[in-house]
Amino acid sequence: MSLDHESFVARHVKDLPRSGIRDFFAVVSEMPQAISLGIGEPDFVTPWHVREAAIFALEKGRTSYTDNRGLLRLRREISKYVADFFGPEYDPSSEILVTVGVSEAIDVALRAILNPGDKVLYHEPCYVSYAPSVTLALGEAIPVGTKPEDGFALDPAAFEAAWEPGCKALLLNFPTNPTGGTANREKLERLARFAIDKNLLVISDEIYCELTYEGEHVGIASLPGMKERTLLLHGFSKAFAMTGFRIGYACGPAVLIEAMMKIHQYCMMCAPILSQEAAIEALVNGADDVARMKEQYHRRRDFIVRRFNEIGLSCHSPRGSFYAFPSILSTGLSDTDFAHRLLREAEVAVVPGTAFGEHGANHVRASFSPSYENLVEATDRIARFRDDIVPEDAAAAV
Amino acid sequence: MSDVLTLLLEGAKPCADHLANVLGKEKAEVEAELRRLEEDKSLLGWLPVFNPEKVEDGRVRAVIEVKISPEREGGFDRLAMRIARFEEVESCYLMSGGYDLLVFVTGKNLRKVAAFVSERLATIEGVLSTSTHFLLRPYKEQRHLLVDETEVVDKLPVSP
Repeated sequence: MSLDHESFVARHVKDLPRSGIRDFFAVVSEMPQAISLGIGEPDFVTPWHVREAAIFALEKGRTSYTDNRGLLRLRREISKYVADFFGPEYDPSSEILVTVGVSEAIDVALRAILNPGDKVLYHEPCYVSYAPSVTLALGEAIPVGTKPEDGFALDPAAFEAAWEPGCKALLLNFPTNPTGGTANREKLERLARFAIDKNLLVISDEIYCELTYEGEHVGIASLPGMKERTLLLHGFSKAFAMTGFRIGYACGPAVLIEAMMKIHQYCMMCAPILSQEAAIEALVNGADDVARMKEQYHRRRDFIVRRFNEIGLSCHSPRGSFYAFPSILSTGLSDTDFAHRLLREAEVAVVPGTAFGEHGANHVRASFSPSYENLVEATDRIARFRDDIVPEDAAAAV
Repeated sequence: MSDVLTLLLEGAKPCADHLANVLGKEKAEVEAELRRLEEDKSLLGWLPVFNPEKVEDGRVRAVIEVKISPEREGGFDRLAMRIARFEEVESCYLMSGGYDLLVFVTGKNLRKVAAFVSERLATIEGVLSTSTHFLLRPYKEQRHLLVDETEVVDKLPVSP
């Protein structure tokens, strides 16, 4: 009699749905010739001086464990960077934890604060891991929709309406993957008042904050009374094009950082030292790289948004991140059908909006991180694809 | 800096259609901007970047450090321009440090470059000395790496 391996899988893991991205990835992988606008990372390679710093550290034999919290020099640089650009000041010795990317920081933060059944409000469409991470921490994730007509910006009223007894935390990500939605000061202040009123902790993933194209990025932790109730999560993957280094950090009240550190030390020990060394170089000498890449993303954003609207796929201008999130409603297809047919018939990969939650329906995520040449070719193909499936009279009526 | 020039410096193809498409402008507008850049000499010309090791034309390149006497009126300018005008000279810069001009020269072969240095350059009145270095192997040309790197680009085609 064969062993029933399924019976060994924990119930809450068994019930966890597979990421929609994972399923789509399997299809795209069979078409290597396709132009992919499905990548969730920069098209740029990590700046050479950052890579070189990692090589130098390797040559010097820096291959040991580090302090669980991360190298003190890195935490000092993080403290300075955050205070200079978008957050309050954090004590490098007790209020900062270096993690293996923001993904680990989210997981550890949720596990550190949630008791079974605690509820977490998060906005949707959003990064694929938020709800599953809450579930894996035995909490209950409650989605709060953001709206296309608002450019998927923060809607504090929706959070207030979604609140229910048992809510313990808010999970935010502005600018947002996949919509590029942002949160202005006024709305953040209202959300902050709500968080204080309901005694909620805020977990704020600000991984795209440097890639804000209009207005300033406001970190919620920098608002009055919010440093003490915010876990600010950030990392190097997006602005510094360091996804493969897997390096991020959490800043927050010492007691919460200590709680996170306890989980981190048992499951991870520390972030890889070479990545930490590279991160120091990025913070000390990488400002020009960030500015250069941001400038290019900005122009590519303007291009792709214009093209989508010309094509007849209504698209708001994302104020941050490197994703456009056009509506495909005018095609009469579901977002999943649209993405699959576009891939098969036009060899362009975009990600169905529902991969980012039900509130992403009727949209697709298209990264504008790829090169101009690829963006030009991909949008030309999308235009031809749309013309083929939407009769002219129907298109005129849209 | 004009957005057309910025895009060109980033390596965009010098094609008005392409530039107009990327920038969301009319083609005529981009063409006018290119004309303006050329007229005010912001844009001096177009040259493709070759990999000299692939384009086997046998040409020889040399870098020459030149010491010259400054003149009472005009400093280094007259002599620098006199040297820069030679067809063999690709680039010519006034430098700080142990010599005055750094001159990049190309020739059909080593003999031609040597003849240029000894018969033309070194004999100009006011040229005090020359020190010629022949280029052996290029590693980077105008921001393009020339050595084959077995850089494995295996990014996931779709990622969250």
